[in-house]
Amino acid sequence: MSRLNIELPGLHLKNPIMPASGCFGFGREYSQFYDLSVLGAIMIKATTVEPRFGNATPRVAETSAGMLNAIGLQNPGLEKVLGAELPFLSQYDVPIIANVAGSLEEDYVEVARQISKASNVHALELNISCPNVKTGGIAFGTIPEIAKQLTRKVKAVSEVPVYVKLSPNVTNIVEMAKAVEDGGADGLTMINTLIGMRLDIKTGKPILANRTGGLSGPAIKPVAIRMIHEVSQAVGIPIIGMGGVETASDVIEYFYAGASAVAVGTANFVDPFVCPTIIQELPELLEKLGFVHISECTGRSWKEHGQLAYHRA
Amino acid sequence: MISKELCKILSQKEIASDIYELTIEGELVSQITEPGQFVHIKVTNGLDPLLRRPISISSYDKEQKMLTMIYRKEGKGTSLLAELRAGMFVDILGPLGNGFPVEEVSKGDTALLVGGGIGVPPLYELSNQLVAKGVKVIHVLGFQTASAVFYEEEFLKNGETYVATVDGSFGRKGFVTDVMKELQFDCIYTCGPTPMLRAIEQNYQDKKVFLSLEERMGCGIGACFACVCKKKDDPTGASYKKVCSDGPVFQAGEVLI
Repeated sequence: MSRLNIELPGLHLKNPIMPASGCFGFGREYSQFYDLSVLGAIMIKATTVEPRFGNATPRVAETSAGMLNAIGLQNPGLEKVLGAELPFLSQYDVPIIANVAGSLEEDYVEVARQISKASNVHALELNISCPNVKTGGIAFGTIPEIAKQLTRKVKAVSEVPVYVKLSPNVTNIVEMAKAVEDGGADGLTMINTLIGMRLDIKTGKPILANRTGGLSGPAIKPVAIRMIHEVSQAVGIPIIGMGGVETASDVIEYFYAGASAVAVGTANFVDPFVCPTIIQELPELLEKLGFVHISECTGRSWKEHGQLAYHRA
Repeated sequence: MISKELCKILSQKEIASDIYELTIEGELVSQITEPGQFVHIKVTNGLDPLLRRPISISSYDKEQKMLTMIYRKEGKGTSLLAELRAGMFVDILGPLGNGFPVEEVSKGDTALLVGGGIGVPPLYELSNQLVAKGVKVIHVLGFQTASAVFYEEEFLKNGETYVATVDGSFGRKGFVTDVMKELQFDCIYTCGPTPMLRAIEQNYQDKKVFLSLEERMGCGIGACFACVCKKKDDPTGASYKKVCSDGPVFQAGEVLI
């Protein structure tokens, strides 16, 4: 019996581990290292209506236990993702979660309408929280009423469940979570990166061409854990947690906080095999901790016992 | 094929001021296809620095499964790398990228190899392979100052070698581009600081030129989009190139530098 299978809206996950959007491209590079079918799901790189080149370089700067990135949603555009990237991924037995981005409301709606029709796209991840684009993105992710409206509009056209990716760059993330739940979100993914900056010691100027970037990696894990701990108690929809996950223990910690699945981001850049390694190590860790099934871990930080209703099929 | 492997360190020594030569042994050496490829090294099991360090391969021996890298100790990552000693193991991902095309020159041709500072190392394996093929090689190597000069004798064994230093403390005073003007050749292979590459591309539009670019990298395998550059014939960037997986070597005129 599998200890790892998880049922979430639109997603029958053989395990709760998936690469996070923006940290796995469209899977091609990682397919040379392992069979992508071992993954629970894949969150593909953000897709916009038109192709985007993204920001000038330098686009990454390291920090202690983390990295700043300001890629700027580089992607080949909706047509190419539908015509080449998703068909490539269809050779694998793995559900795709399509990250939907844009500058205007109608951009999000258009991408959602079309990409949700693709046969291997089982859910959308509404990216209202990219810190690295000049327009759109961040306003949708920081004003509850705007986030709710956008969620509603996207839900109305999407043929698959919609997860909303929350930004940690807000005063009250619970308020944001409740707003998108009101807007009809089927789930949440959290957290996106924290806005940060690094300065060049010689020039005194920002290292990133974009000046600011999104901080990811182990450095942000405690922030994500705290936010998921709060949000999971306030909403009735499942959370896919992310932020600095590197090991099976990190995954369990996210479940304890209140997550029902976990995405691995920056760690893919350090170790291309990190996702399969975690998947392989999880059953033994669960055994050691005395759990029959990983779903028993969800919300343990604030619940006495039991599990959330949506976990088991 | 790219592998991730714990490789044994055979030797590490400082060969010039803050310049280290590191030789390792590993199965992944068998996968190297061209001079100018690089490896991505995890210098610590800890979290700082978090990412790997891209370092070019300066020479390799497939029979012995050995490869040598030369790097400059500069930041936190390379300082940690410099502390590793023979007998220890280091986590290496590679070989990565596309290197210098050796097949672009024929026996009897003259190739000019131009290196600037820490751009010099990948030219060494290239030089060895060109010589083995019967190509005449001329080397022009630029450094900041005398204490930073390395491998001059190794290059000399393969062919004519000119060294230039910015302060004139070793070899010619000035830049590699000054020396190049006096030489006759069929083709240029170069690696070094971007202003140097730009000048060479500009000055030798009539020649076949291959440039190895440097850019801050994340993953090293083409997934993170950190090291993307635009193509010359498409300034909009719709058909970009990634330095790590499409490069680091490009033909002059291919990408905007």
